[in-house]
Amino acid sequence: MVRLESVSVTLGGRRVVEGVGADLDGGVIGLIGPNGAGKSTLVRAIAGLVQTEGGILIDGVSVASMQPRDRARRIAYLPQGQIVHWPLTVERLVALGRLPHLAPFARPGEVDMRAIGHALERTELLSLRNRPIDELSGGERARVLLARALAAEAPLLLADEPLAALDPAHQIDVMALLRAEAARGATVIAVLHDLTLAARWCDRLLLIDQGRLLADGRPAEVLTADRIGSVYHVSAFIGEAGGEPLIVPLSHH
Amino acid sequence: MTKSLRIDLVLTLLALACALLSLGLGPAHLGWGRVLAALAGRGDPIAETIVWQLRLPRALLALLIGAMLGGAGAALQGYLRNPLADPGVLGTSSTAALGGVVALYYGFAAINPLMLPLFAIIGAFAGLIPLLLLAARSEGPLALILAGVAIATAAGAGISLALNFAPNPFAAVEIMTWWMGSLADRSFLHVWLALPCIAIGLGLILLEGRALDALTLGEEGATALGADLRRTRLMLLAATAIGVGGAVAVSGAIGFVGLVVPHLVRPFTDRRPSSLLIPSALGGAALLAAADALVRSVPTLEEPRLGVVTALIGVPVFLHQLMRARRQW
Repeated sequence: MVRLESVSVTLGGRRVVEGVGADLDGGVIGLIGPNGAGKSTLVRAIAGLVQTEGGILIDGVSVASMQPRDRARRIAYLPQGQIVHWPLTVERLVALGRLPHLAPFARPGEVDMRAIGHALERTELLSLRNRPIDELSGGERARVLLARALAAEAPLLLADEPLAALDPAHQIDVMALLRAEAARGATVIAVLHDLTLAARWCDRLLLIDQGRLLADGRPAEVLTADRIGSVYHVSAFIGEAGGEPLIVPLSHH
Repeated sequence: MTKSLRIDLVLTLLALACALLSLGLGPAHLGWGRVLAALAGRGDPIAETIVWQLRLPRALLALLIGAMLGGAGAALQGYLRNPLADPGVLGTSSTAALGGVVALYYGFAAINPLMLPLFAIIGAFAGLIPLLLLAARSEGPLALILAGVAIATAAGAGISLALNFAPNPFAAVEIMTWWMGSLADRSFLHVWLALPCIAIGLGLILLEGRALDALTLGEEGATALGADLRRTRLMLLAATAIGVGGAVAVSGAIGFVGLVVPHLVRPFTDRRPSSLLIPSALGGAALLAAADALVRSVPTLEEPRLGVVTALIGVPVFLHQLMRARRQW
């Protein structure tokens, strides 16, 4: 369970996140909002990577007070535009996700190898496991990085724009994977830009604008034409296709 | 046998072979029979004196110093995530060399043979202070690299100044020859001086292997994986100052080993920074032992300086790497 108590973040003298409060307990939670709204900063704050005011508690424990390794075991963080500095093989890269679980100087044990294999299997990377990461396509790379986060098997998964650079088929695959993580009992928080995918796959949406939490609820409650108009400055068609929600931005105003 | 164990074993044998080869080389022509008998303690007194007092310390120092330079190069390339990093990039070798030059210039080195290495180690630590101050504010590697370049430049200027104002030509030559790096005329005293420094330096580096792996995902990625980067930075800076400081103290400045060796061994590893540390140390030991054997086998009047030979070996390898730079290392 993640509890945000009036979380604020100031970066370079500018208030980027302002008084966000919410209780997040299980399911896939979509963080949506325009560019620069503070979504990524909020995710980094939950991951314990930026200084925050207010409280961020995971299962009642403040993130700020956690030991780094303990925090890493509880939170898997998939950043936006992850850089990989050395051309490790897919399997070695995914294995990095197990680092917080390893005792000092211990090699990955049976549990770790199973988690790595499972993450590779779920992201359909088993056949690529020995390929160096710099030889993969953008979509394959994104899956490897997601697999790295999944291998941690943390109760909280933070994914910052996990769908960027993915084609529609892989976007659906990734959302299905995030759902499966939630079904396993994890809380998944994902920053998303595609409102249709957000509406379709998330249990709950948090709409952020200018650092503030504007709306919090089920997708149909949050994504109204009025809100989309005032926050994104677009008119939008909101409807259904085959029983699934469909949101099409029409024009910038 | 795993792949990583195999490469470690091959490099260990290579290093030992190079060291053994260098035991057979020197101005006095002994022949392998006498050298091996002396090593086993059953040789004639002259051979035993030459092998045990002159050649063995030299071979051991080549292995130790090469290992330190190679290991530090691999660690710094991993930490700074920059394939061009080496112990020189932090300015440590330069400030250590400046310390040594100060000892020579002001005549401390003439008082006691231990003064020169002592001053070099002091120089290495003194170089750390501005580095920590300059780089303390930012987490990124760029500030450290730039600070290191500034410190190395300042130390280089100091060495030039000493040459500039040298009281007489002999003093200038003495400074120059020490600075260019050599293992000639070293004794077990130097081994005992360098050994603890290098053991501590390499030990600290190996402790940080996992943090270096985590840094593959950048600073924020590593922090999210539970790495304590402030600790890692402190440990690696201390390792470099103690280890490389101790190495430069007894050998003078030896370039390119720390830069080149990680590149040479990287293709044989799985490219995780941690899996590069031990092979780089072993490869550095082999390279420096080979270079030290080489300087003694070329038929010149004056032995070429070790730092010069490692650079001569290093530059072509380095250029080869640059040519292939299209592929990421």
